[in-house]
Amino acid sequence: MSKFVGQSVKRKEDLRLLTGTGKFVADLRMENMLEAAFLRSTYGHARIKGIETDAAKSLEGVYAVITSNDIEGEIKPLKQFDSHCILPPNLIEEIDPVINYNFEDVLAKRKVTYAGQPVAVVVAKNRYIAEDALALLKVEYEPLEALVNPFEAEKGDAPIIQEHMESNIQSHFLVQVGDVDKAIEEADYVLKKRLRTPRLSSNPMETRGVLANYDAVTGKFRVWSSTQLPYEVRSTIASLLEIPEESIHVTAPEVGGGFGPKGGVHPEEILIPYLSRMLGRPVRWIEDRIEHLAAARQSRDQIHDVEVSYKKDGTITGIKDDFIVDSGAVNYFALTCAYNTAYHLRGMYKIPSYQSKCRVILTNKTPNVPFRGAGRPEATFVMDRVIDMIARNLAMDPVDVMKKNMIQAEEMPYDQGILVKDGAQLIYDSGNYPDALDKVLEATNYKGFRKKQQQLKEAGKYVGIGISSFIEGTGSGPFESALVKIDLTGHVTAHLGSSPQGQGHETVFSQICADDLGVTPDQVTVVVGDTGVLPIGAGTYASRSAVNAGSAIHEASQKLQRKVLEIAGMLLDNEVEMLNIENGTIYAHDNPEMKLTFVDIANAARPSKSSKLPEGMEPGLQVLHYFVPPTVTFASSIHVAQVEVDKETGFVDIQDYSVVHDCGTVINPMIVEGQVQGGIAQGIGSALYEEVVHDKNGQVLTGSYMDYLIPTSMEVPTVKMVHQEYPSTRNPMGIKGVGEGGAISPPAAIANAVVDALTPLSIEITKVPVSPGYLRELIKEAERV
Amino acid sequence: MNKRIVALTINGVDVQRKVASRMLLTDFIRDELKLTGTNVGCEHGVCGACTILLNGESVRSCLMLAVQADGYEIETVESLQNDNGTLNTLQQSFKDCHGLQCGFCTPGFLMTVTSFLKENEDPTEEEIREAISGNLCRCTGYANIVKSVQRTVQSQRTSKSLTEPVCHTDHKQNETVQIS
Ligand code: FES
Ligand code: FES
Repeated sequence: MSKFVGQSVKRKEDLRLLTGTGKFVADLRMENMLEAAFLRSTYGHARIKGIETDAAKSLEGVYAVITSNDIEGEIKPLKQFDSHCILPPNLIEEIDPVINYNFEDVLAKRKVTYAGQPVAVVVAKNRYIAEDALALLKVEYEPLEALVNPFEAEKGDAPIIQEHMESNIQSHFLVQVGDVDKAIEEADYVLKKRLRTPRLSSNPMETRGVLANYDAVTGKFRVWSSTQLPYEVRSTIASLLEIPEESIHVTAPEVGGGFGPKGGVHPEEILIPYLSRMLGRPVRWIEDRIEHLAAARQSRDQIHDVEVSYKKDGTITGIKDDFIVDSGAVNYFALTCAYNTAYHLRGMYKIPSYQSKCRVILTNKTPNVPFRGAGRPEATFVMDRVIDMIARNLAMDPVDVMKKNMIQAEEMPYDQGILVKDGAQLIYDSGNYPDALDKVLEATNYKGFRKKQQQLKEAGKYVGIGISSFIEGTGSGPFESALVKIDLTGHVTAHLGSSPQGQGHETVFSQICADDLGVTPDQVTVVVGDTGVLPIGAGTYASRSAVNAGSAIHEASQKLQRKVLEIAGMLLDNEVEMLNIENGTIYAHDNPEMKLTFVDIANAARPSKSSKLPEGMEPGLQVLHYFVPPTVTFASSIHVAQVEVDKETGFVDIQDYSVVHDCGTVINPMIVEGQVQGGIAQGIGSALYEEVVHDKNGQVLTGSYMDYLIPTSMEVPTVKMVHQEYPSTRNPMGIKGVGEGGAISPPAAIANAVVDALTPLSIEITKVPVSPGYLRELIKEAERV
Repeated sequence: MNKRIVALTINGVDVQRKVASRMLLTDFIRDELKLTGTNVGCEHGVCGACTILLNGESVRSCLMLAVQADGYEIETVESLQNDNGTLNTLQQSFKDCHGLQCGFCTPGFLMTVTSFLKENEDPTEEEIREAISGNLCRCTGYANIVKSVQRTVQSQRTSKSLTEPVCHTDHKQNETVQIS
């Protein structure tokens, strides 16, 4: 019976964030705290001949200047995050992957491989002095050829970035189903295109930051990091410094946005604890925005060469995709984004023959990691540009091409014939895509728009409409943990292994727990983001928290409820089935006057000689549950953008944006809608504005907010949303993830709308962002023809 | 190090400190005065996270030195609550309309809007969007921030707390529930 699940319960987090009392890492200070600043590579690729540190060391207020020489043998290098990378044997057999070992020293040793890489660190009385000292450091570099184009980097004679490797191809795989070559041979038409998605910087408004304090008496580290994964930070510090996990306590305090790149562990999160131990004082480092734009890990950056076979009626019979991921100097996440792209590409469509061949290539750029969508926006851009191109080639409406190929409701659950990354068969569990399409076309008034479009075009207004759809495997494993307990005052506390960066965990998980235990959300305290309270946890990434942490807290709460009822049954001398919990009191239907509270139950369950427990029951009122999902569960969505293009300037104005989405059982509609709207804003950024640009030497040209453009309130419309609710069949509450979805479709939907707006002028968008410069070039080219 | 005396009023309290002339006003507020509600998002004047009021007008504290604020009156997010500790109308509207997610940008938005609504008591949506266009938010996609401002205006106009929800798109489950 749900009372709170499904309601727009207001957030518990808000009070402290609205009054400026919430504490982000940069708000934490400790007595005797020192501050660190990093010297970063100014070259994309260069040998380090020497570093002159004397002047910096002798500056008053400087406590340490550290280069790779000083930590030789003391800190192991960062390598791929195995917890996200290990492939199951059946998948290995199916896709025949090669993944070469690659790594990064926490401070560059002998050579630098990307601009922004940490080369030295200064610890000083405060940040001002630390930065003065940075200016006194002199590094002698010998520039090497920088590889910024992955097609150059993969050539046999290219300089090798990770010198122990034989080439810059770090990994590759091949996945296929059906017979794509035959499909191409037999096709009425074949479309051949190269499509690309840009390199992006995630830009949470709070940059990264770490504070560490080593206590020499206990030999323990206390670490606060602006991370999505406190447990991963703990295990990585432990393995790189070769100390037990037990001696490290990591807290993610308020975290001001994450979106992916704050998952995984960066070199600074290892060095700051190390420096605290070395100096015997607390040390803090707060990334500045300029560092973030160069050195915080980046994402996307794929190039696809697709061949698509299709019939005269718009039926797509095969897709052959040969794509590369430009991984930057290190690939930390093996096939995570790449295989996501491969298994999501066909989306809502039944395309019987499919082949996806991928190479992950190292270049002299910042390492590429998952960012909201993680390989799916790339796949969706390819698929939905293809649908649009086919429609134009056949003079059909894109909606008709979508319908021709779409999986029907009665075909669900639908098996796509390949495997998910966790080794499970790729089967969409629930949803109704044709209904979704009808709903969103109605919301955007597609027919009305088409009618009016012709007139507007005749009047010289370039208006267009574009569609994009996706499915998203959400809630990936391996697991999530929840501990729910009732204390002697009757208060409920829940600990979760997954922590938020704005998603409202304290609120939504208290709703679930409240329903299960028969209390209100404000009677439940949710404590997250702290490795001190639960032995193990996974974290927040891959639209997984609602699914995994939600299921974990649900199961734990239900078990605890059962225990409470069994104890109450004994105390009331009644059958458990006769009992009810309401507002924290327990009573029997046939005797409602006799009431017990959680305080009574907690006292009865207290371990002691006089505890009153049913025979054989463990004392204590706490339940720990690990939820292990069978595989991912499929959320889905369709986006429609209406735009007007200024043909003279190339500016694109979004006039309407409508969305239908299905994330299964909704815990808190207000929060779900906020996630969708926020994701779309980021998607609009990558559709029209955002791109990290490197010059031929590997220098970052988009190093400040003057050049890296984040959408503002003027560029992001209020999105119209329509909801579907097809519960997941893969977890007890029917939840599907929603965090990433919004960011997946905007590039394709907006690009399609821009093409539509300029028709009959025939432009072909093959990449995003559709910046004014790029669009003007396309227009000029089309006009010349 | 070149040091100077800075004397100013912050959130109604007079303070005087000797600080390095190069100290940024943001750092002065956060590190010297320990008011950490004002956040730093870019330190180059674009994101607006560090917005404060200087003699009632919104400014970016990362673009000023502490010494330049000598003699001024400053208000930060810590000044907004009602005297009895409850949220003021603007803050409450942000909560009611889910105008924040991670909350890092929020103090900047609150200060920008506080000064904007003094100038324009009855803004259109377009005017609101324009007024907050100098503040970046990476989480919300702005829609609920705009709604929060609209709700504040509506609230102030009727000058009593509202019951009808104006915050969310129509959704069958959209009754909001107050739990704290
Ligand atoms: S921190 Fe001042 S504008 Fe960004
Ligand atoms: S709420 Fe996170 S940046 Fe605005």
